[in-house]
Amino acid sequence: MRTRILGARVIDPNSGLDQVSDLFIEGGVITAIGDAPANFSAEHNLDANGLVAAPGLVDLNVALREPGYSRKGSIATETLAAAAGGVTSLCCPPFTKPVLDTPAVAEMILDRAREAGHTKVFPIGALSKGLEGEQLAELVALRDAGCVAFSNGLDCFRNSRTLRRAMEYAATFDLTVIFHSQDHDLAEGGLAHEGARASFLGLPGIPETAETVALARNLLLVEQTGVRAHFSQLTSARGAQLIAEAQARGLKVTADVALYQLILTDEALQGFSSLYHVQPPLRTATDRDGLRQAVKAGTIQAICSHHQPHEADAKLAPFGATEPGISSVQLLLPLAMTLVQDGLIDLPTLLQRLTIGPATALRLPAGTLAVGQAADILLFDPQGSTLAGETWFSKGSNSPFIGHCLPSAVRYTMVDGHTCYQA
Amino acid sequence: MTPTEAKRPLQLNDQGQLRHFLSLDDLPRELLTEILDTADSFLEVGARAVKKVPLLRGKTVCNVFFENSTRTRTTFELAAQRLSADVITLNVSTSSTSKGESLFDTLRNLEAMAADMFVVRHGDSGAAHFIAEHVCPDVAIINGGDGRHSHPTQGMLDMLTIRRHKGSFENLSVAIVGDILHSRVARSNMIALKTLGCPDIRVIAPKTLLPVGIEQFGVTTYSNMDAGLKDVDVVIMLRLQRERMQGGLLPSEGEFYRLFGLTEQRLKLAKPDALVMHPGPINRGVEIESAVADGPQSVILNQVTYGIAIRMAVLSMAMSGQNTQRQLNQESEEQN
Repeated sequence: MRTRILGARVIDPNSGLDQVSDLFIEGGVITAIGDAPANFSAEHNLDANGLVAAPGLVDLNVALREPGYSRKGSIATETLAAAAGGVTSLCCPPFTKPVLDTPAVAEMILDRAREAGHTKVFPIGALSKGLEGEQLAELVALRDAGCVAFSNGLDCFRNSRTLRRAMEYAATFDLTVIFHSQDHDLAEGGLAHEGARASFLGLPGIPETAETVALARNLLLVEQTGVRAHFSQLTSARGAQLIAEAQARGLKVTADVALYQLILTDEALQGFSSLYHVQPPLRTATDRDGLRQAVKAGTIQAICSHHQPHEADAKLAPFGATEPGISSVQLLLPLAMTLVQDGLIDLPTLLQRLTIGPATALRLPAGTLAVGQAADILLFDPQGSTLAGETWFSKGSNSPFIGHCLPSAVRYTMVDGHTCYQA
Repeated sequence: MTPTEAKRPLQLNDQGQLRHFLSLDDLPRELLTEILDTADSFLEVGARAVKKVPLLRGKTVCNVFFENSTRTRTTFELAAQRLSADVITLNVSTSSTSKGESLFDTLRNLEAMAADMFVVRHGDSGAAHFIAEHVCPDVAIINGGDGRHSHPTQGMLDMLTIRRHKGSFENLSVAIVGDILHSRVARSNMIALKTLGCPDIRVIAPKTLLPVGIEQFGVTTYSNMDAGLKDVDVVIMLRLQRERMQGGLLPSEGEFYRLFGLTEQRLKLAKPDALVMHPGPINRGVEIESAVADGPQSVILNQVTYGIAIRMAVLSMAMSGQNTQRQLNQESEEQN
């Protein structure tokens, strides 16, 4: 199909393009920006006056809950929610049942994602078998099946020696390892950031050092093994500073943050609402501001949803007995636009952190809007607004933002030139 | 972002009266004073030959205890009986995996049996809030202790003890000693003392038993027992559980007693008429010397007696506040 998108403000953070232009799509690929290619006759014209055209968002962590947790979410529902949040490419973590540690599971996920057709899906494989941190998963076989990186999530390795070997093995094949740095012993039993708020509520604390101790160790092992490393889900200002220091001494590491960590703090726990129960935990306003500055400076080059949908029962218990996580992918763009609204960063910078920033961190073929590239395009109204929850596709409605009015509105999400979501 | 509609404080009805009693956070001084005054008037009931008043006649109070308790459970039973309520007590054993579910279902079932009030003790911080907000908002919920968070009736009975012996809170120095980290009693006491205007609240413990950021409660921390006890009017000792020796919180009971145990010798550092309090059960020779626990300055058993009066006050006030709210809801429904 040949499509012409007329009059959008086209922003491509990768090339620095930011101007009102027309976009021309043919065969799922962008064939021209600006003037029509020779002999182009559009089958479909899309008037995008007043809208921004950007590369479709790239989200490095969206739990699809399939296979194994269909009461929480499915590939079809969660990828549709992602498309509604402006996402065209997403990575799904290996915490499925069975764990994503065999090519069969990866292939099944990719098949179902293709069937659903809402977004592109890039699985993240388990770094160890069963995520148990003892034996390596078959990393090369998983890569060949489509896994773009490997992670053990918050589950720790049995010991630092095994972790080091996992990193050396991954480095042998130039594979990317993703770290969710939280020291298991320091965090054990904890439910909230260790600070005055948790003390007041009587919730066992997770100290900032649970992150920084693990982060420092992981950075040193990355330096020693030379593995390609991405640090995910930073929560503390001091943690972001450790990443910045490593980058300054020439270590090529990348980092992401959960969008909600840039907005919420542990003050939200007052009243014990389980909607704010997340792991790793919400920290202080100082940490949030430190993370925001790291996003602004580019130390953190990716903002992700860290989407974790849950069924209602998972959150219907006293705080400590609930499952952690926020269903967040459907609000990725509008919630992220609050950062522009707050004056932290301008729109092109925000889009950088949501597109080419995450795409380059994991070397994904995504995140740009250029001639010859796949037509993965997000069209949104920057002046519009989104009433969170008014439409909701995720199986998990565990979002504290439901009912809030957020800036901007997603109008169209296109994958390979096909509209996969339209408001 | 525009915030969602402002919520009424969970514990209060539309007229600002108590309808649940979950924690002492955010309760105004006047309300705490009202609880103390009401309890004072009920103390007289306990001294009568016939110890009953008909305030809760025809009402059913369910004590639902997910954690063991003797003192709290018994005094709640007595309090409800003295108010002429029907009382049932359930000791629900907790299985760690299905804690949340069984809590939800147990209480929904009890509500279906037309219970008017639940007294709940649970091992998870925030359990009482959860029940009042999500399980049975129309039943008055009284927190009998939730995790490390709050034990508001204990806090108030401690305040009643102090007020009856010291008159007021304005010029007092109060020391709380021991395992602050794991203590819901300490948290409730710190908040109550602060709200009631106590100018000098001291907490005395090694750093391993002090919650991070505790200074933000408006208290001063001491790691030296002798310095902390100097000239105080009230000493509140906390129970030290044996399992604290594991995981590196403390080296031994002996070392704790040597550094933080309340002995006759140490008590001399406090004012001569200083009160000695303890929420019980006491560990003689672990946090407190027998001679002190049984000595003339100890009001530990008075605390138990006052506990009944406080619980009568809270039960009757919350029931009345919940009834008022029900009427208000009905009226607004009729108007619509």
